[in-house]
Amino acid sequence: MKILVGYKRVVDYNVRIQVKPDGTGVVTDGVKLSANPFDDIALEEALRLREKGVAEEVIVVGIGPADLTAHLRNGLAMGANRAIHVVTAEAMQPLTAARTFQKLIEKEQPGLVILGKQAIDDDANQTGQMLAALWDRPQATFASKVEIADGKATVTREVDAGLETIEVELPAVITSDLRLNEPRFIKLPDIMKAKSKPIDVIEFASLGIDSGDHLKTTHYAAPPKRSKGVMVKDAAELVAALKQKGLL
Amino acid sequence: MSERETMEYDVVVVGAGPAGLSFAIRLKQLQPETSVCVIEKASTIGAQILSGAVIEPQPLDALLPGWRDNPPPICVPAGEDEFWLLNKTGGRKMMVPPGMRNHGNFIVSLGAMCAWLAPQAEALGVDVFPGFAAADTVYNEDGSVAGVRIGDMGVAKDGTHKPGYTEGIDIKAKVTVLAEGARGSLTKQLIKRFKLDADCDPQGYSIGIKELWQLPAGRVTPGKIVHSFGWPADSHTYGGSFLYHLDKDRVALGYVSGLDYTDPEYQPWEAFQQWKNHPMMKPLLEGGSILSAGARAIVTGGWQSLPKCEMPGALLIGDTAGLLNVPKVKGTHQAIRSGMLAAEHLAANSLNAAGFDARLRNSDAMAELKKVRNIKPAFKKGLWFGMLNAAWETVTGGRSPWTLKNKPDWSSLHKLGEYEAPKRDYVQRELPPRDRLAGVYFAATEHDEDQPIHLHVADTDICATRCVEEYDNPCTRFCPANVYEMVADTSATHGKRLQVNAANCVHCKTCDIKDPYEIITWVTPEGGSGPNYQNL
Repeated sequence: MKILVGYKRVVDYNVRIQVKPDGTGVVTDGVKLSANPFDDIALEEALRLREKGVAEEVIVVGIGPADLTAHLRNGLAMGANRAIHVVTAEAMQPLTAARTFQKLIEKEQPGLVILGKQAIDDDANQTGQMLAALWDRPQATFASKVEIADGKATVTREVDAGLETIEVELPAVITSDLRLNEPRFIKLPDIMKAKSKPIDVIEFASLGIDSGDHLKTTHYAAPPKRSKGVMVKDAAELVAALKQKGLL
Repeated sequence: MSERETMEYDVVVVGAGPAGLSFAIRLKQLQPETSVCVIEKASTIGAQILSGAVIEPQPLDALLPGWRDNPPPICVPAGEDEFWLLNKTGGRKMMVPPGMRNHGNFIVSLGAMCAWLAPQAEALGVDVFPGFAAADTVYNEDGSVAGVRIGDMGVAKDGTHKPGYTEGIDIKAKVTVLAEGARGSLTKQLIKRFKLDADCDPQGYSIGIKELWQLPAGRVTPGKIVHSFGWPADSHTYGGSFLYHLDKDRVALGYVSGLDYTDPEYQPWEAFQQWKNHPMMKPLLEGGSILSAGARAIVTGGWQSLPKCEMPGALLIGDTAGLLNVPKVKGTHQAIRSGMLAAEHLAANSLNAAGFDARLRNSDAMAELKKVRNIKPAFKKGLWFGMLNAAWETVTGGRSPWTLKNKPDWSSLHKLGEYEAPKRDYVQRELPPRDRLAGVYFAATEHDEDQPIHLHVADTDICATRCVEEYDNPCTRFCPANVYEMVADTSATHGKRLQVNAANCVHCKTCDIKDPYEIITWVTPEGGSGPNYQNL
């Protein structure tokens, strides 16, 4: 079985996001970029399935500009067998990303697609669900445990009320939640090995996909600054202050 | 236990700063077949680089002749220079000292510049590995340096192995090049082991604290360079500020305090914040916002403190050797120069380190340091003596027949009750950040909390007993990131004990330098931990 893994590059979670002064986006120049943490978890799960003998090949997929290569090499250093780089200079909305994956699925015929439940840049949480619909295959989102046997995946999902366990027929789309696993550290010798692993480069334009980017961003703005707090002496003063503001 | 994995290179470089990357680039230019790797503890190249920085471009011209056609992302030609003596309410504009005239130089972000140098090294075939910390040095049977050991990943706070535990590998090389920056943790061990400082003065340091600000449109004059001294420092504390006007309505600003200060109550971070609230600074910054902030020790011992820069199997370059030029307030050109010199030496001598020290001492880099060797140490005698002496040394070109001595910074603190505390004429601060914790947020520093504390305090009893009495725990004040705290503990002699908030650490190394009992040792945390500076 082949496993296709989505591997998106985002602004690192440690970076303090700054809005560009003209409000057209967030600052990415000189900013650390790294793998979407949920995608690292997705890749780790795929690698574990391969190590268990459930899968033979793990393919990481990145959609983005030409300099995405270094990012994909990280995925290869973690252990993926090969990578597919869909080259586009444009940022991509979930429907277009899902359509791109659909095209790659036609070509690769994977038994399983694992994506992060959402990317930490747009927090859309849509691509996995849309892909399952387009592909007309089952989906198991927000996975915190995955077991595969007899052509089926038994997936524990993190839902609002607790945990839900479902069974889906493969091929299927699984999206990873935070508790699914803890991704491994990359080892130096594996970075060297990754240099010789193949990356297929596909021009986005050559896939003949209708753009699903129907959302238009009007502007970006930083959240309003919190105003200064007031120190109160005692509970009575606090109650008085709250009453004055009409909160009590 | 299984055998530790090993990788072999001809040369391993520790630290992807200007020295390490210049070295790697130069060596590959001279000998493309030599295998070179550069390891870097920061998660990405440049993320733990902090400097002013105005740089002299000549060494860069020599290293990368076409660089001006493809400059680093932040690179503003130097414009007007100003030099001010401040008092609390104003200041006097002074003549700019010759060493601080910057015509022809460039204001850069050194972090961004390193991130720009690294791919150029990689294009020449250098393997650059960010996110891997050199935790230790490994040796050959004959005692020579054999390479470095990468720190283990996935070790819990109590030393046990977490599920993702990954043993660090050894990188073995014919020669190891230490380019760790000021007070390198491996360099410190090697200086001791090979007695590299037997014939020189102790090293001296300062601490520089820096912020990058985004200002409302129209306030910035790109290229303008302003330095100041005087307030808020008292006349016996070596302190001064820098303010560099960048492009896109940004300014880089910072304050440097000599770590030879004597008052244990002194707070370098507070001095920086005070200076920002000076009437000449505050109107500039008001209404702006902080983009990034951090701190780093600066090596200031100069010519008389330079240790021997070679040992069997290894050599020291850049700030970890101690090549910064204090009166010029610049070290990048020296870092690049020494990196290139080391590469040229190794290329000409079949990668044998022997002879590098003599070559360095005969170089322009050392001639430059010799000329200014007496300037910084004279400020120990007060601001006015220091200024007069600086003028003398400048006029004579450093030909004085004497060389002033340096003393170790940890030894300079006065004990409580044995000195007259200087009057700190401070103002009410209004600009952010409110305190050090609010400030460290802008360093975006990150350490997995469940890892061994990377600040080793050899004897915490001293902190709770002698240090309380003698120095009032200066670590709680000199650390710019509030790592050291004395927390209430009724069982302790003075009712408090040391708590080390290691996750806040910005890797500046000040504690390793200034602690008066020499009991703090900074070691590398898990690779990739630490600050994530943006354009510092």
